[in-house]
Amino acid sequence: MSSAPPLPVLSVRQAEKRFGAVHALKGVSLEAYRGEVLALLGDNGAGKSTLVKCMSGVYALDAGEIVLDGAAVRIHSPAAARRAGIETVYQDLALFDNLTPSQNFYCGREMSFPAWLPRGLRFLKSRSMDREAAAVLDRLRVGLPNLAAPVALMSGGQRQAIAVARASVFARKIVILDEPTAALGLRESRKVLDLIAQLRSEGNAVILITHNMEHVVELADRAVVLRQGRKVGELKPARSNQKDLVALIVGADP
Amino acid sequence: MSDRGGTMGASPDVSAAGASPAVSLALTLLGVGPLLILILLVAVISQLTPDFLRPVNVANIAAQTAVIAIVAIGQQLVILTRGIDLSVGANLALATVVGGLVFRSCDSALLVALAMLGSATLVGAVNGLVFVVGRLPHPFIITLAMLSVCRGLALELAVGHTTMRGMPDGIVAIGGSETFGAPNSFFVVVAVAIAGLAMTRAMVWGRWIYAVGGNPEAALEMGIPVRGVLVSTYVISGVCVGIGAIVLAGRTGASSPLYGNLLELDTIAAVIIGGASFLGGRGHIGHALIGAVMIGVIRNALNLLGVDIFFQMIAIGLVIVVAVEADVLRSRLEARARSIQAARAA
Repeated sequence: MSSAPPLPVLSVRQAEKRFGAVHALKGVSLEAYRGEVLALLGDNGAGKSTLVKCMSGVYALDAGEIVLDGAAVRIHSPAAARRAGIETVYQDLALFDNLTPSQNFYCGREMSFPAWLPRGLRFLKSRSMDREAAAVLDRLRVGLPNLAAPVALMSGGQRQAIAVARASVFARKIVILDEPTAALGLRESRKVLDLIAQLRSEGNAVILITHNMEHVVELADRAVVLRQGRKVGELKPARSNQKDLVALIVGADP
Repeated sequence: MSDRGGTMGASPDVSAAGASPAVSLALTLLGVGPLLILILLVAVISQLTPDFLRPVNVANIAAQTAVIAIVAIGQQLVILTRGIDLSVGANLALATVVGGLVFRSCDSALLVALAMLGSATLVGAVNGLVFVVGRLPHPFIITLAMLSVCRGLALELAVGHTTMRGMPDGIVAIGGSETFGAPNSFFVVVAVAIAGLAMTRAMVWGRWIYAVGGNPEAALEMGIPVRGVLVSTYVISGVCVGIGAIVLAGRTGASSPLYGNLLELDTIAAVIIGGASFLGGRGHIGHALIGAVMIGVIRNALNLLGVDIFFQMIAIGLVIVVAVEADVLRSRLEARARSIQAARAA
């Protein structure tokens, strides 16, 4: 960096979250930058999911703040998070099995006309949506056998790719991926990893939650490790420090 | 049909999705099955009884099927959202009685029609609002309750009459007269179907109905007004019941608290026999229409062949069982197609 360091597109500052007696997040802070994959690591119950749900509007923070491009934002619902430019792909993918990929892409934010009508009463611009969706899938090299078939008929990897591609189209700020390869075989995992790399090269900010250290080392530019609700480390993953990462996650001495 | 024609239906074109030929063929057959069976039925029945295809009888079938078809279109929208409207028959009876009462004090086709539409729509709104605002686990509870409320209310308002004779000329014209040799009620069905198609195929609201049926949680996450969409389907079902009430009261020139008996069964059967699915978000207006015509044809044929009415009920019931099993088979075949896809990708 020759001049000032780039501003984070998203920062979480001193996030606190309690569920009754459980202190799920204890002053966690992190930053995400454009053109970077940030891995969010931790054992089960470390607070990853809680943190992601706070960023994506499912939970509200008890204390601390979320800052998007320098402005503190209050995100009180998943729809609000999407409006703010934060797209999250959970393991359930939130796909509509009965709709085609392009109908899935635009569901809830359909291209429509005329603009003076209330949104629900407008007419669909189906052709434009089909064309745009096909272009995005093509650009991200997501090969689908039939764009006119409902996603119910597609494989796990294809469905994952559709969900990730959809998120990338609408994520003006950041894409959060919750274990995107957990349910996939080797070859399909490979494709999704390539897709994530593609998102990064297009300048997206990506937060990746995964348990797969190989994927972290291969893909992540930085890794933030949570343990028992605290941030216990932040480093640049590499083959050489893979053991340190695991030690941080499980809390053992390296 | 456009290139997107089959995509939201229960019978997607999977042949190009790369599933095995056998699975694709089975799914395609299941998709066009109801229409094929209808054509086959017509062919067989017209051989059995020459009266069947005579213009008078065809017009008769059209008139008898009209009410089921109109109400089934509303029922289809409700079923798309994984719901069910059991109140349609009683709601229709209540609407005709309300219309009949209005007719007693004023001979205005417009007012009587508005009264029937208003009464039926109000019942639909109550169904939807109690289901959604009352956070009921399933709509069959409220619509079953409203079945009882509406039937009781209709009997109460009719004070002991089983039929209340008389309807304004305008209503009789809609339900009972013909234009160009076709019953006017047929044109009402066409108009309702076109309106339904326009909404489900071309409008954002229609897409949201499919989204809510396909994945309610995801629909909420995507910012779709899920509760509003749900309520709207019951309201639209009520509107369809109101239109059906006008047609039936017009055809019979009367109203009755006993009208619409088992109409809920006929309309649900029409939707399912037509090839739509109970699984949510799968099916379209065409399914409701095909199913309604199929029920009309079966009833008419059994009448012509002199089969008694009790056996007709048994036959319709059996057809429903077959249709529901076909629905189950279809979802299993889809899962099979999916796993073939996954195997191919791996």
